[in-house]
Amino acid sequence: MDWIPNFLLPFFYAVTMIVAVMTIAGYSVLAERKVSGWIQHRVGPNRTALPIVGSIPIIGPFLTKLGIFQPLADGLKFLFKEDIMPGHVRKGYYFAAPIIALVPALTTMVVLPFGQYVDADGVTQPLVLANVDIGILFILAVSSLGVYGIVLAGWSANSKYPFLGGIRSSAQMVSYELAMGLSILPVFMWAAAPGADYGLSLYGVVRSQDGLWLGIWQPISAMIFLIAVFAESNRLPFDMAESETDLVGGFHTEYGSFKFGLFFVAEYAHIVIGSAVFVLLFMGGWNFLPFVASPWPDGVIGAVLSVLWFLFKIFAMIFFFIWVRWTLPRFRYDQVMRLGWNILLPLAVGNLIFNALLIAIHDRL
Amino acid sequence: MAEVKEITIGDVAKRSVDTAEFEGETMALNIGPSHPTTHGVLRLKMQLDGDVIKHCEPVLGYLHRGDEKIAESMTYNQFVPYTDRLDYLAPLANNVTYAMAVEQLAQLEIPERCQAIRVLCCELARISSHLLGVGVYGMDAGAWTVFMYTFSQREKLYTLFEELTGARFTTSYTRIGGVARDIPDGWLGRVSKFCDQVLPVIDEVDTLLMRNRIFMERTAGIGVISREDALGYGLTGPNLRASGVDLDLRKDRPYCGYEKYDFDVPIGKNGDCYDRYLMRGEEIRQSVRIIRQVIEDFPDGAYYAEDAKKIFAPPKAKILTSMEELIQNFMIVTEGPRMPEGEVYFEAENPKGALGFFIVSKGGGVPYRLKIRGPSFCNLSILEKLLPGHYLTDVTVILGSLDFVMGECDR
Repeated sequence: MDWIPNFLLPFFYAVTMIVAVMTIAGYSVLAERKVSGWIQHRVGPNRTALPIVGSIPIIGPFLTKLGIFQPLADGLKFLFKEDIMPGHVRKGYYFAAPIIALVPALTTMVVLPFGQYVDADGVTQPLVLANVDIGILFILAVSSLGVYGIVLAGWSANSKYPFLGGIRSSAQMVSYELAMGLSILPVFMWAAAPGADYGLSLYGVVRSQDGLWLGIWQPISAMIFLIAVFAESNRLPFDMAESETDLVGGFHTEYGSFKFGLFFVAEYAHIVIGSAVFVLLFMGGWNFLPFVASPWPDGVIGAVLSVLWFLFKIFAMIFFFIWVRWTLPRFRYDQVMRLGWNILLPLAVGNLIFNALLIAIHDRL
Repeated sequence: MAEVKEITIGDVAKRSVDTAEFEGETMALNIGPSHPTTHGVLRLKMQLDGDVIKHCEPVLGYLHRGDEKIAESMTYNQFVPYTDRLDYLAPLANNVTYAMAVEQLAQLEIPERCQAIRVLCCELARISSHLLGVGVYGMDAGAWTVFMYTFSQREKLYTLFEELTGARFTTSYTRIGGVARDIPDGWLGRVSKFCDQVLPVIDEVDTLLMRNRIFMERTAGIGVISREDALGYGLTGPNLRASGVDLDLRKDRPYCGYEKYDFDVPIGKNGDCYDRYLMRGEEIRQSVRIIRQVIEDFPDGAYYAEDAKKIFAPPKAKILTSMEELIQNFMIVTEGPRMPEGEVYFEAENPKGALGFFIVSKGGGVPYRLKIRGPSFCNLSILEKLLPGHYLTDVTVILGSLDFVMGECDR
């Protein structure tokens, strides 16, 4: 009976992770609507109620005011809307695109560590589905596949506005991929010092940040990576592919109902993953605060606390994403490209060389 | 044995330069008539080379209602509601301009109190229109929050309009020879309170946009209209002044007692989208200045021309109690106001530019011909020249900076 640990347990974990990420993604949509409401002097969603929960005194109205049930209603709306397919689309690609957009985002979280567990023997173990030692490479490789979803959506729709959106996003995502990859190299050069067995694993990076966060130590890398994450997740100020005022939704103009819902969730899943990676790389993961040793106790309680602290940091990052979106105007397409190729890429290369020299000097001393 | 032929293909590179053979294929893109960037029903037929606009042809008329023809079949007062629907973002200013055009035809003297009310109307309408102009401009550039900030201010203005006229949007406030009713009690205080709190909002919008690097890159040097072009295409209003032409009808040809008030006219330097943004913020501040001066020294007296017995209907209470007023009202309602024969052209500085009414009268209560000069129509005429050479994304910013309204353009 070894198929239970070999097959069923990983399957169960995977489903749990997907549910967790999808839930966070769903509620970041709510957060987006609420936070944008606060920023803009509005109230945001505050009407949707579940029949029974909504009528519980005090708690019910409070949750309703908070809009807790709104993501459920939104999801149901996506599911039950009539699924219109325009006659002029290329069917196969048209159906594949939303799936291709979402799957990479969900796949990457397999290698994301989200906490640590110190067992009775004092051995620290990461909480992660697959602690592969090429973690960051896997994330870069898989998450960049997400662009195919957008490009295919733009091209299969066979219509001009999505086409322009598809072209823009493919160019944009390819160019920021470079800066993103180069920006995190110094991080791993420092984290994987000679003799350390961390390699490219994200868990190792978090371990190395116990005390000093890399965001403080490597601000240029952190900044480039953050900007690239914004560009990769197609968020304002880089939402060239969507650009609702001139492209009217861009790549998903011709999509409706649940297929649009998949794109929608994929965008937020990308934000969640991007925030998680940023927290892991530059904000110390589940480590408590910079220059303060993590106070998490051993055992299950400590594990839960570390996971909660990690989630808190992710939410703070998501809040930052939302904050930026509702504050800044949008770049123009050629300015986005110029920023990527003329500023971020040279900066990343310079940063890489500078850190390589530093390491060389450091090792000599 | 096969014959060998020599074929010369010549210099390919030179030929391609000569015949422009390697120019990329252009794509026809149609923006509108229903598209978020067009703020209404403007349609742009464009030829794109990649992302660059090669050719642009604006197509107008999707909101044409034949207002000018309609005017010929109704009395002067009946046309006032139609002026609401010209520049529907500043209906009060349209009402005032129309009433003043007709009054010039009738050569009526308007009492000071009525003039002060009208100046208030015009300036509040200007603030309302510019608030939307700036907000939508921000939204076009991608900054949604700016739109919400300015729009919530407009809601407060609408509440003031509602108190004054009974309607939030379609005000129809003026009558030939006066206004529909006097200002309500305490209204001036509420107006000045509004003025006090609109200025910080404008400052906040400026902090969000004016020195914002992204916004400056998007707008500075984009959509540059030279002084000559601005004059040549008949631009008016903030769009003309952004190009460095000092022309404001409130200063140059004062009407409604504008000469009494002290205010500055902002003049731009470069005529680009960024200057056009700065114009509107500054004009709101100047409007607030005018409003404060009006409120400080608000004249007493009648709010309509009392000697215009054949034009302005008497108050309702008098109609119900006095024979003479009843007959007077009956004549005005059935036959319309008595107008002399003649022609008149009057234009006033509306938020969007110079709104003009040309009226031909053959006597009686109905205009023989009424021609409207809509500033948005003239401002849009430059699109065909302005857009080519810009990126597709710039279209939203340029259209937003021109701040047009199709109701007035198509009429």
